[in-house]
Amino acid sequence: MDPLLSVRDLSIGFRNGAGGHWWPVRGFDLTVEAGETVALVGESGSGKSLTALALMGLLPRSARVEAAGIRFAGQELTGLPERAKRRLRGRDLAMIFQEPMTSLNPVLTIGRQIAEVLRLHQGLSAKAARAQAIELLDLVRIPEPQRRVDDHPHRLSGGMRQRAMIAMAVACRPKLLIADEPTTALDVTIQAQVLELLDRLRRELSLALLLITHDLGVVAQWADRVVVLYAGRKVEEADAGPLFSDPLHPYTRGLLAASPRMNAGRHYRDGPLDEIPGSIASAAGQAGCPFVPRCPAAVAACAEAMPPLLVPAARRAVACPVAVGLPLPGSPLNSPSAASPEFHP
Amino acid sequence: MPKTSSPALAAAPPLPATANPAAGTPAAAPRYGRRALRAFLRNPTAIAGLVLLALVMLGASLAPLFYPDDPLGMVGRPLLWPGRQWSHPLGTDSLGRDVAAGLMHGARISLLVGFAATCVGLSLGILVGAVAGYRGGWLDDALVRLIEIFQAVPSFILLVVLVAIAQPSVATIVGAIGIVTWPTIARLVRAEVRALRSKDFVVAARGMGYGHGRIILREILPNAMPPVIVTSSVMVASAILMEAALSFMGLGDPNTVSWGSMIGAGRELLRTAWYLTALPGLLIVVTVLALNLIGDGLNDALNPRLEKDS
Amino acid sequence: MTTPGRLTRRFLRTALQAIPTVLGIVILNFLLLQLAPGDAADVMAAESGTATEETLAALRARFGLDQPLLLQLLGYLSNLAHFSLGYSPRYNMPVAELIGQRLPGTLLLMATALALAFVVGLLLGLVMAATAGRWPDRVVSVLALLFYSIPGFWIGLMLIVLFSVTLGWLPSGGYQTIGGPSGGGPAEGLAALLDRLRYMVLPATSLALFYVAIYARLARAALLEAQTHDYVRTARAKGLPAWTVMTRHVLRNALLPVTTMAGIHLGGILGGAVVVETVYSWPGLGRLAYEAVMARDFSILLGVLLLSSLLVIAANLLVDVLQAWLDPRIEAS
Repeated sequence: MDPLLSVRDLSIGFRNGAGGHWWPVRGFDLTVEAGETVALVGESGSGKSLTALALMGLLPRSARVEAAGIRFAGQELTGLPERAKRRLRGRDLAMIFQEPMTSLNPVLTIGRQIAEVLRLHQGLSAKAARAQAIELLDLVRIPEPQRRVDDHPHRLSGGMRQRAMIAMAVACRPKLLIADEPTTALDVTIQAQVLELLDRLRRELSLALLLITHDLGVVAQWADRVVVLYAGRKVEEADAGPLFSDPLHPYTRGLLAASPRMNAGRHYRDGPLDEIPGSIASAAGQAGCPFVPRCPAAVAACAEAMPPLLVPAARRAVACPVAVGLPLPGSPLNSPSAASPEFHP
Repeated sequence: MPKTSSPALAAAPPLPATANPAAGTPAAAPRYGRRALRAFLRNPTAIAGLVLLALVMLGASLAPLFYPDDPLGMVGRPLLWPGRQWSHPLGTDSLGRDVAAGLMHGARISLLVGFAATCVGLSLGILVGAVAGYRGGWLDDALVRLIEIFQAVPSFILLVVLVAIAQPSVATIVGAIGIVTWPTIARLVRAEVRALRSKDFVVAARGMGYGHGRIILREILPNAMPPVIVTSSVMVASAILMEAALSFMGLGDPNTVSWGSMIGAGRELLRTAWYLTALPGLLIVVTVLALNLIGDGLNDALNPRLEKDS
Repeated sequence: MTTPGRLTRRFLRTALQAIPTVLGIVILNFLLLQLAPGDAADVMAAESGTATEETLAALRARFGLDQPLLLQLLGYLSNLAHFSLGYSPRYNMPVAELIGQRLPGTLLLMATALALAFVVGLLLGLVMAATAGRWPDRVVSVLALLFYSIPGFWIGLMLIVLFSVTLGWLPSGGYQTIGGPSGGGPAEGLAALLDRLRYMVLPATSLALFYVAIYARLARAALLEAQTHDYVRTARAKGLPAWTVMTRHVLRNALLPVTTMAGIHLGGILGGAVVVETVYSWPGLGRLAYEAVMARDFSILLGVLLLSSLLVIAANLLVDVLQAWLDPRIEAS
């Protein structure tokens, strides 16, 4: 059977001042099977939100989206007219955003904003849509849904607003729900509740979840599969278990070493967490692997051409020959004492 | 922007007066001013406004040269249409007065009233706004109430009442327009002063023991000026419109010719000699448009927030 | 809290806050009345034509004009409390009654002009925001700036030249056809309404033009600002068509700043009505003010000033409640 979503060779470009384009996302492939949770992981600026917006067709007109193919639920999305894309949006393909505080319209009631989707895609009457909205609020565990349905967003807490956003997104039982950093703006205690809710809805409504996050703790707990993005390139992809037990790409290793939750046994007093030296911005305008400036394992050949995705095992891919033990010509670029996370003070 | 002094300067210990922290502002201001001026001069619509205004000013200043006699005097056959006779290129009115002479002399009155009334309004507004914003407390409350009262009264009707009571003359019209326009400026200046009052460089100046007058005049007001400058060009425009409306209603200075009074007189002959109404009105539109174009250009140049908007 | 309850409380609170302003306006009016040359006794004496110093003094005593200023103010206030604004010898009528007669005409003209300006301004703003930076935006921007620079009374006269004198389509003044639109006696129903509308077109347009420009510029800025909000992205993610996103999600939020400005400009529209009414002989407050100026009848002039100020305050009160209704985040307290 076809996967639910398969993206081949996606690039996203914006015009730069010099009349050309710069490409924050390049040559990106992604498959999502029905019902699974795929996590898209990377630092801010890695292009994960751009990818999500491109899939939704929500990028500004100035953005250039190129792809060899985007198939969703048996339908090719590239070249699809805007009207047809619009009909998919909110019905089969839904999205929730990072900021529940600003993502809801302040002057419309929660109920109206949920009912709006139902009336649009399912042609429900105002009354039926309202009744359905109350059920949806109940489904996302908002207490007193009968009363809350007539509340305006400002009367709800951040967590409740994100629940309302989720109710709106799942109103038409989408096949794929994209969640862009759904818990980043929330309190830690609320984060787990919202993620639990998303996972329950995934099972109950049998939808696939594309979870965009920079939080590896979230990934370890909820994702089936993980895609690691660095500077607009996929650098590693694996099932969650193998990725955490045996990270291959130097960037993934660095991320794991820098994550507080992955180091649960350590106390902050034991010493600072390891950081990956440098920043993602240093990759701009690089010919080869974008991670070279920060990579402890880089050799001269890494800087010349982007390494291809290698498949060291079933259901795994990594864009680093060094990591899988392939010999590469050239001497090490970054001396270990200066760049390696292992030697960080 | 000079509105925010650099934290490094604010953190520095008090220095001798020659290098006081507030000096960061005057030092930055010319550079900012030059940049704003460059931005203003690169703006084609602003240049168009400047050119139009310059033409009107030129016409006004040449009036005594071209038409040294009283423009209210009768010089030719009445109701001569424009373009019929070389000696009166824009025709004559019902009393045989030269329209071109009236327009050029009228420009003097319009510009004089426009700029003078704006000066009166600005002075009153800045005074009240600066005192209210700087002092705060009960005085601020009282002045804000006063501003509210003046803003609730329809300004043109108040203007009519004031001029009618004081008897129309150029001086009373200027004063009355100033009286009805100051609240806008006062409100603006008060808000700016309140925002600037607690800024680092003002606090530093206070710490050095400068008097309130010096702090207001030297430290706060120069930084509060950009929005005031933008508003003042629009104020000149609206003062010209007010003067024209007053003169049209017969409340202009009876001893001078003005565009508004020309329209008022031409109105009686609207059906037969509409040029008497159209020509002075067109000049009002051109002058006011020029000032509004300049205002827009100043706003774009002095208000960097709006840059990405255009 | 329910919406009606919230709005009522908001209304009461704002009304309470307006009381000192109203008092201030009354005092301002009183002071201006004191400054005005001649008092009621002068006027009456002039009317009767036979005035000696003694009769003048007697008249002044009778009207309390020889009392100290503070007592006179109290008298003025108590008169106002009885809705008395003095007497106009010229019209031989109480000023309050005169103003009452003319008020509906002005209100009608203002409301029409305001509605026209609001709708047209909003539409132009929508066009500009939708094409921001491209040529329709530029053309409309220049047009708006031009409208912003045209004196209402002059465009009124020019419209008369074009539509009444040259084309003969619309009447040049007045407010209804004397003897009915067809000449066969006063019209009724729809015909009368249409007749009134024909008289309304030119004055309302002249008055509205300036405010069309203001609202168009304001709406453009507000719409562009509202479009950048996250909830607009949410609305698009729902699959709503661009037009629905604009009208349902962007527009309502953009209306907030525009209605605020509409309230602020009410005084300006009243002032504009004064001049436009004189152009079109429209029987309203403005025309009355003009006649009062010509006759130097200050009791009428100040009555108009007082009433129009109160009108502005009342209208601002309404705008305030309207805003609270549009924006649920504004709470009563």
